[in-house]
Amino acid sequence: MTMKKVFSRPASLSKTPFHYCPGCDHGVIHRLVAEAIDELEVADRTIGVAPVGCSVFAYDYFNFDFNQAPHGRAPAVATGIKRTRPESIVFTYQGDGDLAAIGTAEIIHAANRGENMTVVFVNNAIYGMTGGQMAPTSLIGMKTQTSPYGRDAATAGHPIHMSEMIATLESPVYVTRVTINNVANLMKAKKAILNAFKLQKEGKGFAFVEVVAICPTNWGKKPADAHKWLTENMLPVFPLGTFKDTHGVEKAA
Amino acid sequence: MSSKVERIILAGFGGQGVLFLGKVIAETGMHAGKFVSWIPSYGPEMRGGTANCSVILSENEIASPMVTVPDTVIAMNRPSVTKFNQKIKAGGMLMYNSSLIERQEFRDDIRLVEIPANEIAEELGNPKVANLVMAGAYSKFSKLITFDDLVACLPNLVKGAKKEMLDINLAAFKKGFDFVEEKKYMFGRYVYSVFKGI
Amino acid sequence: MAKVLMKGNEAIGEAAVLAGCRYYFGYPITPQSELPAYLARRLPEVDGVFVQAESEVAAINMVYGAGSAGARVMTSSSSPGISLKQEGISYIAGAEVPCLIVNVMRGGPGLGNIAPAQSDYWQATRGGGHGDYRTIVLAPNSVQEMADMTIAGFEFADRFRNPVLLLSDGVLGQMMEPVNLPEPRDYDVNSKKWALGYKGSDKTERNLCSSIFLDQDELEEHNWHLYQKYQVVTDLFSKGEFKDFAVEEHLCDDAEIILVGYGIISRILKTVVEKCRKRGIKAGMVRPKVLWPFPTGVFERLAKTASQFLVVEMSCGQMVEDVKLSVDGKKPVFFFGRTGGTVPSDFEILNEVDKLVRPD
Repeated sequence: MTMKKVFSRPASLSKTPFHYCPGCDHGVIHRLVAEAIDELEVADRTIGVAPVGCSVFAYDYFNFDFNQAPHGRAPAVATGIKRTRPESIVFTYQGDGDLAAIGTAEIIHAANRGENMTVVFVNNAIYGMTGGQMAPTSLIGMKTQTSPYGRDAATAGHPIHMSEMIATLESPVYVTRVTINNVANLMKAKKAILNAFKLQKEGKGFAFVEVVAICPTNWGKKPADAHKWLTENMLPVFPLGTFKDTHGVEKAA
Repeated sequence: MSSKVERIILAGFGGQGVLFLGKVIAETGMHAGKFVSWIPSYGPEMRGGTANCSVILSENEIASPMVTVPDTVIAMNRPSVTKFNQKIKAGGMLMYNSSLIERQEFRDDIRLVEIPANEIAEELGNPKVANLVMAGAYSKFSKLITFDDLVACLPNLVKGAKKEMLDINLAAFKKGFDFVEEKKYMFGRYVYSVFKGI
Repeated sequence: MAKVLMKGNEAIGEAAVLAGCRYYFGYPITPQSELPAYLARRLPEVDGVFVQAESEVAAINMVYGAGSAGARVMTSSSSPGISLKQEGISYIAGAEVPCLIVNVMRGGPGLGNIAPAQSDYWQATRGGGHGDYRTIVLAPNSVQEMADMTIAGFEFADRFRNPVLLLSDGVLGQMMEPVNLPEPRDYDVNSKKWALGYKGSDKTERNLCSSIFLDQDELEEHNWHLYQKYQVVTDLFSKGEFKDFAVEEHLCDDAEIILVGYGIISRILKTVVEKCRKRGIKAGMVRPKVLWPFPTGVFERLAKTASQFLVVEMSCGQMVEDVKLSVDGKKPVFFFGRTGGTVPSDFEILNEVDKLVRPD
């Protein structure tokens, strides 16, 4: 009896071992991106844009063309690429410091122009690569390297809700927030990322998937505890759900 | 005025079309096979204040396109006279719009030419062509462009314009030219004399 | 093609289209706004792309993206906007992506004013952004050259996979002169094998555009690779193919005093030289047309024959340092500058020359 292969590396994912910390969500989210691209059979025309942050080396883990962009500017770089090669599938993969702080203008305006691209936004409420500083999405009271007494709303403001903000714009066609804290949510996240790429493939427009994720290292927690903390603390502030689905892609599926 | 090069400053209120007047002269010069340059003053002063531009027509390649000592100043309003009168080269020309600029004590080492440009334009039924009246008048004095050059260049200047518009522009050129040709303009020291009450 | 009377800014726009550029990303700023306005109208006529970006920062990164995908692409701005673009220019230089960047210089520092200036020379020629890199800097002095150097700029950018900076000023951008426009050239967005999305059958592995080399040995290797490229460029401009492109000399052979200036200043200097000669002063002019690599050779040579140099700039003195480095102490190098938006007149420069040649 031959054994059926039920699990393998997606073709779009390279063989380079992830450099991410043990338990980090990036590996899983990379895989979801690669699976979506394989499923849509667009790997030969996909161009990724890697940001600055932990996923700065994202290009190492995928088998297609990549641009490594300046901090926060991935949506502008992606705009240039997509306008030059409209037949390509272009996506950015950005963290919260990158997208919601230094790159706020770029993401808002790429969304507002309705660039036909896909954005995967990994929100773990902290700067990872630089060693755990407060992010625009850090929770009130959250202790980080640069908010040692906990984030104080009076001086540092409140966690910024990017999905909700982007959903107020006319142009984006799909804005959703997912997480991968359990299998059911993981499957939903997989579907959302697939939807976002599918919309681009069909030329429908700007699609934005926020993935609420963990940073066990900088949160100072074991991966399982981190997911528990995410469920209890982050999800009440960043509720899961779809904020915009102009073409009804979720219902259709 | 040197026969090889003519340096002109054109000045007036924003909206009097002095930048376009400069362009008319420069473009005509180019089509007549001359070397030309046109530099505007630009920025906030364009909005409501005075606007001016510098034009050079030359038989030789133009080194500096900047006009510091103009051979001619074409002034469409009073502030322009104040601003540029003293800069005109001795023996140069001040051609001014006498519809808006009263006689006064000008320099007596320059040629003074007064053209009632607004009145002429109004007679033609379009006050906006006062600038083109000045172009016609200038062509009478220029040694580098002629009235015929102006006429020939007109279609390049108002691309896609209706015949009606072309006709009135042409008429404005003609009136300005004729005004000088028929020596209706006040001339040189005469103006000075009138002012002095001599 | 017949001559056309055009503004410098517009001439750049039309020349870019004729050079096969189909992508423009920019942000409004005086005194270069005629250029984006021209291309906003012109590019759609040739199936090109015009995007008014949300900022200078975004615009240069769109250029980075389009350039990395193989486009002939440009952006333009004026001094404060060019400061904002420096981040992107550094990445573009590091990732070796070709593009054309136009700076129609205005008065600084800070917001300064919108009048013409030449005070971005250091920023342009020393890199401007962070890291060990160079941009090729071209300095036109007429509307015709605004067009010609735009086309040359795209060619240099592609040939050396390097950003090229066209360093102009408010006078050149705003002035009109007759221009001879060349025949249009075809450019194939799929002609660069290294570009993202390249589709040739000879593509064997995926393409990557990046300026990150976290391993220090790799970054050192990359930086020396860039350095070697810059040496090749320097050689081509100083003694090779582009030797004559790099510098203009005017009546230098018997000159006792050499006036030095680039851009609009060089036009005024030509008038000054004429006036000097009429007065019996043996003056000549050197105009660097390429500011990086700087044409040092001409100064080394003239330092042997001329007795002094006068550098004139619309700044407090920036290029004068490169002239001094080139003359290397062999002859005195003097400076005269106007700044804040004032263009020096031929008379005041002549006055300076008089002071130098007739000290009493």
